[in-house]
Amino acid sequence: MKIKDVEELKSIATEIRIGVIEAVYHGKSGHPGGSLSCADILAVLYFNQMHVDPKKPDDKARDRFVLSKGHCSPALYSTLALKGYFGREELTTFRQIDSMLQGHPDRKHIPGVDMTTGSLGQGLSVANGMAIASKMDKAGYRTYCLVGDGEIEEGQFWEACMTANKYKLDNLCLIVDNNNLQIDGTIEEVMSPYPIGMKLESFGFNVIEVDGHNLNSLIDAFETAKLTKVKPTAIIAKTIKGKGVSFMENEVGWHGKAPNEEQYKQALAELKKEEEVK
Amino acid sequence: MEEKKIATRQSYGEALVELGKQNPNVVVLDADLAGATKTELFAKQFPDRFLDIGIAEQDLMATSAGLATCGKIPFASTFAVFAAGRAYDQIRNSICYPELNVKIVATHAGITVGEDGATHQMLEDLSLMRTLPNMTVMCTSDDTETKWAIQEIANMQGPVYLRLARMATPILYEKGEEFTIGKAKQIGTGKDGTVFATGVMVAEAVKAQKLLKEEGIDIRVVDVHTIKPIDEETIITCAKETKKLISIEDHNIIGGLGSAIAEVLTEKYPTKLIRMGVPDTFGKSGTAEKLMQYFHLTAEDIVKKIKEK
Repeated sequence: MKIKDVEELKSIATEIRIGVIEAVYHGKSGHPGGSLSCADILAVLYFNQMHVDPKKPDDKARDRFVLSKGHCSPALYSTLALKGYFGREELTTFRQIDSMLQGHPDRKHIPGVDMTTGSLGQGLSVANGMAIASKMDKAGYRTYCLVGDGEIEEGQFWEACMTANKYKLDNLCLIVDNNNLQIDGTIEEVMSPYPIGMKLESFGFNVIEVDGHNLNSLIDAFETAKLTKVKPTAIIAKTIKGKGVSFMENEVGWHGKAPNEEQYKQALAELKKEEEVK
Repeated sequence: MEEKKIATRQSYGEALVELGKQNPNVVVLDADLAGATKTELFAKQFPDRFLDIGIAEQDLMATSAGLATCGKIPFASTFAVFAAGRAYDQIRNSICYPELNVKIVATHAGITVGEDGATHQMLEDLSLMRTLPNMTVMCTSDDTETKWAIQEIANMQGPVYLRLARMATPILYEKGEEFTIGKAKQIGTGKDGTVFATGVMVAEAVKAQKLLKEEGIDIRVVDVHTIKPIDEETIITCAKETKKLISIEDHNIIGGLGSAIAEVLTEKYPTKLIRMGVPDTFGKSGTAEKLMQYFHLTAEDIVKKIKEK
């Protein structure tokens, strides 16, 4: 069930954001900033690009997704709930003692989560393994891996880039959520990975730089990735941390903090207003 | 048959080839040490199912995890120090927590690595791997047992850490000998003492058993090939039936075989246990033989400990 209408995809992205706020508010902790920055990417992946069926979460032929920046689990959970892997009411149990929705994605207990993540820098290696398995079995499925721009300060990420290149993983698509912020400040201040595009290109990737909140650009980039042979593709998505909630946008303090009741209401009001405008 | 010696890493390479023929889902990964870990034997036969990840052990482990999520049975190999040490977090978070079917076969463990010295002599791996939930931890002693283990771990679900050695050691078991994961192998029924040994130390313990027999002292050797889950029943039985308990391992005395046995004894049948191993220090360069003497890990050292009042 592929949604082609961009306006509809926009509504889905807003719904994902609303789910993020619900989860983090009710969980009284979590990571709203990076979850909001990648909501459009997830909307396009799960509702326009990936071949997945929530009724068959373990289908061997499905496309895979690895949320390497596992702390942005609210975005993934919200997307999976919207897609129908589990009920949206689950989101309000986020991070609580009896909930399946762990602070970071847990593939053993959450339908639709393809890989357990949380310790940064490991997801691309895992995605490579999936893409290699797809090639070995001539299964044809694609693997998507979303990393944070701060996350790629981890050395293992670059090890994995070499592996993706060596095995010519053209069935793999890496997305860098380039929101420019990490816990201690901007990524330039803390430990600059820039220029990300040039680095990835020199590591053998087909690099596409896009506005990560422009759904048409994202769709085009994913389509180009599918047509690219012999090399893996890296989409560098320029995004705004906290996107969609005015007081969270570009604010480093909203990396890993839950809104209080007043902030929660305001965030929801802003997002719902955005829905209505559409 | 004790004169024929073979390193368990060699047995591993040979067993992998057999396994590769039987099971198309077996995939082998290495980190630029295929010649030393002997995974090259598999690589030659099945180049399409062999991945050399290069000098990148963290990537090695997490790539294996990804393959496992898609139904492959990855065997990931490198030296023990790089597997359990360098890639600990990858093993913890990407393999053990999601309980993925990855088989980590780590060679060159312990001081018997020899000349390379402390940086390459892994003495903490049993300790590190044993504390990880969902992990099965093994350390085999000879060719027969290693070949059995490779088949057996491929057939079971879940993560495994198998510790192997560089040094060639005697063949202790006839072909076709039966083993069970989690069930230690008892050699002899002597009541004058028990020597719990693992890996390369089993051969030393068996040699000590023979030397002692000449003096009329009858001990039993327990080859603890599975460190986790530990065989509580055999440990308790030996504590009840024999006069003296010794554990010996080519590993730091903290956290490995001795600790695992002590944990059982403390709770279930409080008995004194003498732990032989590397005494909370790093290794050093030298031949394997000289290092075993230096760290008091020889048959003669076991004989001495058994006879001590």
